[in-house]
Amino acid sequence: MTRPLRQTVGAHYGWKDWLVQRVTAVIMVLYTLWMLAVTLYNGGIDYALWQALFANGAFRIATLLFGLALLWHAWIGMRDIWMDYIKPTAVRLTLEVMTFVVLVAYAAWLAQILWAAGQV
Amino acid sequence: MSVNGPPVVKPRPVYLNLVRIRLPLPGIVSILHRISGVALFLFAIPLALFAMQASLESAAGFASMQSMFAHPLCKLVLVGLLWAYLHHFFAGIRYLLIDLHVGDDLTPARQSSVVVLVASLALTLIIAVRLW
Repeated sequence: MTRPLRQTVGAHYGWKDWLVQRVTAVIMVLYTLWMLAVTLYNGGIDYALWQALFANGAFRIATLLFGLALLWHAWIGMRDIWMDYIKPTAVRLTLEVMTFVVLVAYAAWLAQILWAAGQV
Repeated sequence: MSVNGPPVVKPRPVYLNLVRIRLPLPGIVSILHRISGVALFLFAIPLALFAMQASLESAAGFASMQSMFAHPLCKLVLVGLLWAYLHHFFAGIRYLLIDLHVGDDLTPARQSSVVVLVASLALTLIIAVRLW
């Protein structure tokens, strides 16, 4: 009986996370530059402009996209830091789970804020 | 390399003394990238969500956020997080360029690490002065 050679190349999430970290970074750079341009063009942001921005559905979607990119980016970054510095598995797993739960809660919070802004 | 002669005995294992270790400039940019990232995760994200929610609720909420961020202590926190964002931003763009093999030789990599450090500090200072 011949067995297939065991693949010793790991779980494959390394290259995916590497790529995700860069794609999310580019999304955040674009959103940051866009917001900077809006702010400079209008000479600051007052309440009327702030509300007008969030009344726009496309802007809310862009903000949600930015937020999700940020939270995904933060997940990979924080998990890498826990993996690098925290040796005991139980402690590391606890910190990773806490980080993940907090980030998902932030995503829900952002969705709530954007949803409420769309109801006005 | 000489094959003859007594082998050079190096003291092993090498223990890194974090207080005495002298990081090269790209290393300083790298560790500050981590530290600024942690600061953004811990403080900037919840603060931004809180401020976003309050400022969008009503004109009064917007005004209360304005007065909160006008407080000197709050400004100080804001300036700190601003530096974290700017450093993370510029260092991140530097890494993206290095991924594309732009400036990944030793000399340009050292130069760009200086640019990242100086640009983020200078911009933070300029905006801080304008805030005050």
